[in-house]
Amino acid sequence: MNTIADMESAAPESAIARDLVRRALYVAPAFLLMGLLGWGTTGLFSAALSLALVAINFRLGAAIITRASQISLNALFGAVLGGYIVRLGLMTAVVLVVKAGGWLATVPFAITLLVTHLGLLTWESRHVAMTLAAPGLRPPQ
Amino acid sequence: MLNVLAQTAAGEMLEGLKAIGAGLGYGLAAIGPGIGIGTVVGNAISAMARQPESAGMVRTTMFLGIAFTEALALIGFVVFILLMP
Repeated sequence: MNTIADMESAAPESAIARDLVRRALYVAPAFLLMGLLGWGTTGLFSAALSLALVAINFRLGAAIITRASQISLNALFGAVLGGYIVRLGLMTAVVLVVKAGGWLATVPFAITLLVTHLGLLTWESRHVAMTLAAPGLRPPQ
Repeated sequence: MLNVLAQTAAGEMLEGLKAIGAGLGYGLAAIGPGIGIGTVVGNAISAMARQPESAGMVRTTMFLGIAFTEALALIGFVVFILLMP
């Protein structure tokens, strides 16, 4: 999301989700290293799972909005609220299965999930705010 | 019922109560963001219906609003994972 053209495109939320995933790749090594050094292989796997869940959650949320907004505004409302429940359910199911298999270190998983989700959103919001305030300017990456 | 409870080991009882608490906490934590997302999307739809030309900008802020609101549910999810025996 770098220009006003992205916001006026057919799917601005997909552009944001792509940006969020790109930025998640930048910060991924730090979290993976933290997991590996602090909790060993299980920590590495947990951090990787957490990053994957955050990225998939963003992309899936954006895809649902894009698809539903092509149908109608009513469909958009229903799809967003339904999608919220479905995405939470999927995330819970995946984590419970992994935890039952003994592959989940809860602390690195929790840290990575919350910090990545909120951190990436704050990072992206800054760029979107800049784009809205000064449409012709591209904020530094 | 009381006989069954009395026969259960204290440790098992505690684990069961932990699981109930975790599930209850997660469920309650998901209600708030649900209401929040409803408010965000409802207002965004109202804005898009009034001004269709600004739909792109509204959808951009709507998506970010939804994602920020979801963070609350994720906090509940993390507490659930940490409490689950």
